[in-house]
Amino acid sequence: MTSSEVAAAVADAHRREWAFVLAAAVRVTRDLDLAEECVQDAYARALTDWAARGVPARPAAWLTQVARRRALDLLRRETTLRAKLPLLVADPDPPGSAVDRDDGATDPDEIADDRLRLIFTCCHPGLAPEAQVALTLRLLCGLSTADVARAFLVGEATMAARLTRAKKKIAAARIPYRVPPLAELPERVDAVLTVVHLLFSTGHTAPAGDELLRRDLVERSLDLARMLRALLPDDPHVAGLLALILLTDARREARTDLRGRLLLLEEQDRSRWDAGAIREGAALVREALRRRPPGRFALMAAIAAVHDQSPSWANTDWLEILGLYDLLVQLWPSPVVALNRAVAVGFAHGPERGLAAVDALATEPQLASYPYLPSARAQFLSRLGRAEEARTSYAEAILLTENAAERDFLADRLAELGDPPSDSAPSD
Amino acid sequence: MAEYLVLIYEREADWAGVGDDEAKRILDEHRAFGERNAQVLRGGNALHGTDTATSIRRDAGGAPVITDGAFAETKEALGGYYVIEAASLDEAIAVAKQVPAPFGGVEVRPVRTFD
Repeated sequence: MTSSEVAAAVADAHRREWAFVLAAAVRVTRDLDLAEECVQDAYARALTDWAARGVPARPAAWLTQVARRRALDLLRRETTLRAKLPLLVADPDPPGSAVDRDDGATDPDEIADDRLRLIFTCCHPGLAPEAQVALTLRLLCGLSTADVARAFLVGEATMAARLTRAKKKIAAARIPYRVPPLAELPERVDAVLTVVHLLFSTGHTAPAGDELLRRDLVERSLDLARMLRALLPDDPHVAGLLALILLTDARREARTDLRGRLLLLEEQDRSRWDAGAIREGAALVREALRRRPPGRFALMAAIAAVHDQSPSWANTDWLEILGLYDLLVQLWPSPVVALNRAVAVGFAHGPERGLAAVDALATEPQLASYPYLPSARAQFLSRLGRAEEARTSYAEAILLTENAAERDFLADRLAELGDPPSDSAPSD
Repeated sequence: MAEYLVLIYEREADWAGVGDDEAKRILDEHRAFGERNAQVLRGGNALHGTDTATSIRRDAGGAPVITDGAFAETKEALGGYYVIEAASLDEAIAVAKQVPAPFGGVEVRPVRTFD
């Protein structure tokens, strides 16, 4: 096996198995930093060991065993300089569990899947939302601190401090390393899904920067949603979120033209949409909607599914989409959802009513600096032939958006409206 | 096991408008909370208002300066506390959620130990 093949196998195992290996190591160390160290060590040893002996049949089991042995070794020798923080609070292990065994005979099937514990710890509501997201990327996806910092456009030192502070709080405030009891589960699952959705939407339309998409973040959020689906197969909200990510990301290749310019749904070449992802997502939506009342992710996914399954823009069933938005607004009364609903009103019932629905939201403080409000306004005004007002609204949207691809898109729309009449040109 | 301090922060202005009956009802809620959680309660007190507080700081020369009033002026002021025992933050939150605080909320802080 060539060294590049080994490196590829290790990289693959890093992406697929990091959370599993780390979660198992945390159960031994009951200390996040020490566990991370041991897991990093295991991956480093895989590079040399796998080159010499080949890639093991079950890489996750191999890595877990190496990481846990290393952890037990360090704990036994007490040679590590551990920060003086209390150990993580964990449930006692069931008798006969593999956690403390060190006889090398660990059957991989015996290794308890601790990933859920790790997920619920990272997404504990006692942690700040930005800390939850950062911890999730660092501990569940195995991103380096530098990569996590880049994902959120902050400096590495800032991100390192944020992660350290979050880990300190987990230990000092004793945020438990466990799956919450049934009564708390719905609320806690929602917190986890919110983190994954935030990662996805940050990746799907990067709020700032030159690229429309942050491919890495979208991939990670899809990985996480798939992991959750495997761990909580009966949860309709998990199915809804996975569906939403699949159905939205299915249009990825068609969202921009060759020059990286943003294309509207209307302009996209639907043959470039990912039919496999749409099929998988649509099946998940049907499953998620069977539960009443449907959750917010299932409804958003259902809206995406209507678009994805429409043969053309002209055939879009806007009444169906508006009906879904009506349900979504009731369930999730956020101004951003209300704005999307207002846009759907315009497509279902004409630009005049769309404009009225958008203008009804103009005083929402949360939308004051939201570029999609003036851009939706501009689009309806332009369809109504009110070019002058449309120009003003596009200009406002351009000022508010920080994403270069979106800004270019808006500038093109503004240019399409032609030059303002000369008598309205500024005279000074 | 660990200990947590549950700090009750409430708007003092709201308390000022409370009549006898309502005050008694809130006090009864605290009693009921205490009885329900007797197993894990390690202490607690209600405090007089910040208009009775005295703060002590040091001046540039290191001499104590005594002033009237709370250490930090905030709309919601510390009005009482409980000390509870809990195995984890989740357990502490489960207890703290039940603390009556009709004009504000509570803050949960882990008690630090030194060994």
